[in-house]
Amino acid sequence: MADAHHAAHDDHGHGEHHVHPQSHYVKVWGALMVLFFISVLGPMIGIKIVTLITAFGIAIVKASMVVKYFMHLDVEKRIVHYFLAISLAFMFLFFFAVAPDVMNHEGRNWKNVAAQHAVEAGLAAGDGHGGHGGGHEGGEAPAHEAGEAPAHEGGEH
Amino acid sequence: MAFKPIATTRSATGILTAKLAVWWLLASEVVIFGGVLASYIMHRIGHPEWANYASHTNTMFGAINTMILLTSSLSAVLAHRAAELKDGKQAANLLLATVGGGAAFLCVKSIEWTGEINHGFTITANGFWSFYYTAAGIHGLHVIAGMILMIWVSMSARKNEELHRVELVGIYWHFVDLVWIFLFPLLYIAK
Amino acid sequence: MSEAHQIDGHHGHDAHGHHEPTFLEKYIFPLDHKYIGMQYMLTGMVMALFGGFFAYSFRMQLAFPGISVPGFGIVSPTEYNALVTNHGSVMIFWVAMPVLIAAFGNFLIPLMIGADDMVFPKLNRLSYQVFLLSCIVLGISWIVPGGGFGGAWTSYPPLSANGDYSMTPLGSSLWLTAVALEFAAFLIGGINFITTAMNSRAPGMKAKDVPMTVWMICIASIMFMASVGPLIAGAIMLLFDQQLGTGFFDWKRGSDPVLWQHLFWFFGHPEVYVVLLPATGFVAEIITVFARKKLFGYQTILYTAIGTGALSFFVWAHHQFVAGIDPRMANIFTITTVLISIPIAEMMFLYIATLYGGSIRFQTPMLWALGFIFEFLIGGVTGIFLGASGADIYFHDTYFVVAHFHYTFFPIAFIGTFAAATYWFPKMFGRMMNETLGRIHFWGTIIPVNFIFIPLFITGAAGQHRRIYNYNHFPDVSTPDLQTLNIVATVSLVILLCFQTVFLFNFFWSMWRGPKAPANPWKANTLEWQAPSPPPHGNFPPDNMPVVYRGPYEYSVPGREDDYWPQNQPN
Repeated sequence: MADAHHAAHDDHGHGEHHVHPQSHYVKVWGALMVLFFISVLGPMIGIKIVTLITAFGIAIVKASMVVKYFMHLDVEKRIVHYFLAISLAFMFLFFFAVAPDVMNHEGRNWKNVAAQHAVEAGLAAGDGHGGHGGGHEGGEAPAHEAGEAPAHEGGEH
Repeated sequence: MAFKPIATTRSATGILTAKLAVWWLLASEVVIFGGVLASYIMHRIGHPEWANYASHTNTMFGAINTMILLTSSLSAVLAHRAAELKDGKQAANLLLATVGGGAAFLCVKSIEWTGEINHGFTITANGFWSFYYTAAGIHGLHVIAGMILMIWVSMSARKNEELHRVELVGIYWHFVDLVWIFLFPLLYIAK
Repeated sequence: MSEAHQIDGHHGHDAHGHHEPTFLEKYIFPLDHKYIGMQYMLTGMVMALFGGFFAYSFRMQLAFPGISVPGFGIVSPTEYNALVTNHGSVMIFWVAMPVLIAAFGNFLIPLMIGADDMVFPKLNRLSYQVFLLSCIVLGISWIVPGGGFGGAWTSYPPLSANGDYSMTPLGSSLWLTAVALEFAAFLIGGINFITTAMNSRAPGMKAKDVPMTVWMICIASIMFMASVGPLIAGAIMLLFDQQLGTGFFDWKRGSDPVLWQHLFWFFGHPEVYVVLLPATGFVAEIITVFARKKLFGYQTILYTAIGTGALSFFVWAHHQFVAGIDPRMANIFTITTVLISIPIAEMMFLYIATLYGGSIRFQTPMLWALGFIFEFLIGGVTGIFLGASGADIYFHDTYFVVAHFHYTFFPIAFIGTFAAATYWFPKMFGRMMNETLGRIHFWGTIIPVNFIFIPLFITGAAGQHRRIYNYNHFPDVSTPDLQTLNIVATVSLVILLCFQTVFLFNFFWSMWRGPKAPANPWKANTLEWQAPSPPPHGNFPPDNMPVVYRGPYEYSVPGREDDYWPQNQPN
């Protein structure tokens, strides 16, 4: 039984005969930590674009390092790359097809009045210290303003 | 209970069957987390006022947890290395160290959440906090599941049995780490 | 059975040959893929009885408003909603999925690829147990105070999110929990199917030698895995909305109920193809065997299946044309929706091409397979009307939609199942079903089903909305003519349900009393027919596992004496 596993293991060339030294993994970990500190320090510069790059750019770099060196995806069979990539692609598909409706509050012939109210009320109330349960100000206000209006006000039809 | 189907021992793709299953599991997890995170991101961009709510998250707690998880990933991969060298005892100990990392992560999380709930930032406070607790909560459940699996795997690994499982549970743990790598900037850094 | 045990005992199958499994081990907590498959099948049949009963109850209310329905009583408006909702969810999640994918997938995949079991027998058993739990939770949701969930199987918020609106605070959460458990069961099962088919094929079995059924079930499982994630995430969010009072889908708090519709249909539309593909796989198998002819265009069928599967991820918003999505998105989704008819129509053409020049045998499985193509064609063609966003504005939420998707789902979930059940019954239970009863059941099903749904196309086109409890309250869309059509549909449904007893009788009577089946009664090539009927534990002798030499559809090869050529025969 165990033999069969090893046979399968050797088959795809990663395993027993090539074990990385401990220092290899510690180095990767060190690099991850350095990147992590950059991502924490990034926002302190206070430039939005820099924050976005240090936060999400570095997250992607870190993620790819974990995938490559810790999960050993680099020596995995190609089919695994394919189906993980498909999975990721569907995640992006979902985002980009849904965002035009949910992220925007206004489009061709439609307006999401309730959401626009929530943004206005939230920005007005929550400036600086929207702390004490910002939701209630952000929540109740548009409720009676918008009245019975549907979330999406239809355009022509 | 020693029954092993012949099917389990075959490998037409050249990938260990159990490992193939773990990769498929992760592929399905990607879409689950993808659903939550995509929903969160589109709300976050559509609602500039959430930046105010997000400013109340505590970056320090998030940062400590990131360090804990990154380090536990290191011990998980070292456990895999020990398993490759057929050192079951070492692998089991390293796995338990990883479990310790998971436990520390959950402790920090509970201290953090207690403080936030006491300040009135509950799951119903507003959209941001709903997503904050839901996304981190689903991730936390994965941490707990990973810890249980690693304790189970370490018990057989200590007896030098089923050593290939050390790598499998490690891959899962790295994925849990990966999700946190994205949750950290999404919930704590971007303000 | 005696033959089976002989083989099992003879080879002393690894670990299990040593002791005879007890009743509990064999039938209640089996590890054997065949018994798990049968568990799924019987559970699915029981759930189908519930689903059919629900349909009967609310159709009676629609045809004869206000009467006391025999067997149910007077249907109140809340009960009406719960009946419609649970009819839909039961038939899709608890009948089509477990029977088409889980039951036949479990039974057929290891046999067809020449393996002795699934790669993870214990996970397989766990998958069934989680599924059974989901059935129990769903059953509880019907009897809790307030009654079953009535927000439609799509469960749109705010109706589903707020107990004050749905009036079933407990029922809706239990329904949602049951659905989530069911997804978990199929994720576990699906991973098992895919890994088994990828890794455990018999030596010599290349990708092009894999029977179409296995391909289809695997593609369906992959699609399910890739699409269900957002809905699992959405189910958690909706559950929090219901029970904790969060506002993920609450427009009053600036969120967007349309997000749920996207989360749901991102899964919901691929789901249609998830259940469709296994059914087309069964049909491919049956058509080629009963036409005694090689499957026309094996690779093209495979590509059309993959193409359909991939395209099905790009069409979901056609369910939301009138839900307030951006009209520019509606244009894109109209195009993709119309595009998807190309691969699936191509697949149907290839099936018809397989029939051309074959020596066709009209036995019961073949009748069902041909019935599938015929009925599904109507479902597909009427889908074009609804996929075009302009026409959909008129047709949306009318009975036209109901008739359309029943013309797709009925062939998939029932005709496909009957085809597969009658075809593989000899292999499952080692006995033959009665041919005459099979034909009576076929005609008794296929005629009434058209008389149920063709009238509904007409009432839908006349403007009848699909979620109305009593049309007498809406005199402008309800004329006596339309009411007659409603009565025709309901009476046909009752006739259809009556004819199902023929099937149930045939099924259970043949299970014990039918004539003994030979190993290969249909003279088919695929590996499951090379094992004894019913296959013993381990399916094939462990020291003589099948080796594959050729593709699965080599029928009527010139120069051979037999008109079939089993995959594992060297020459």
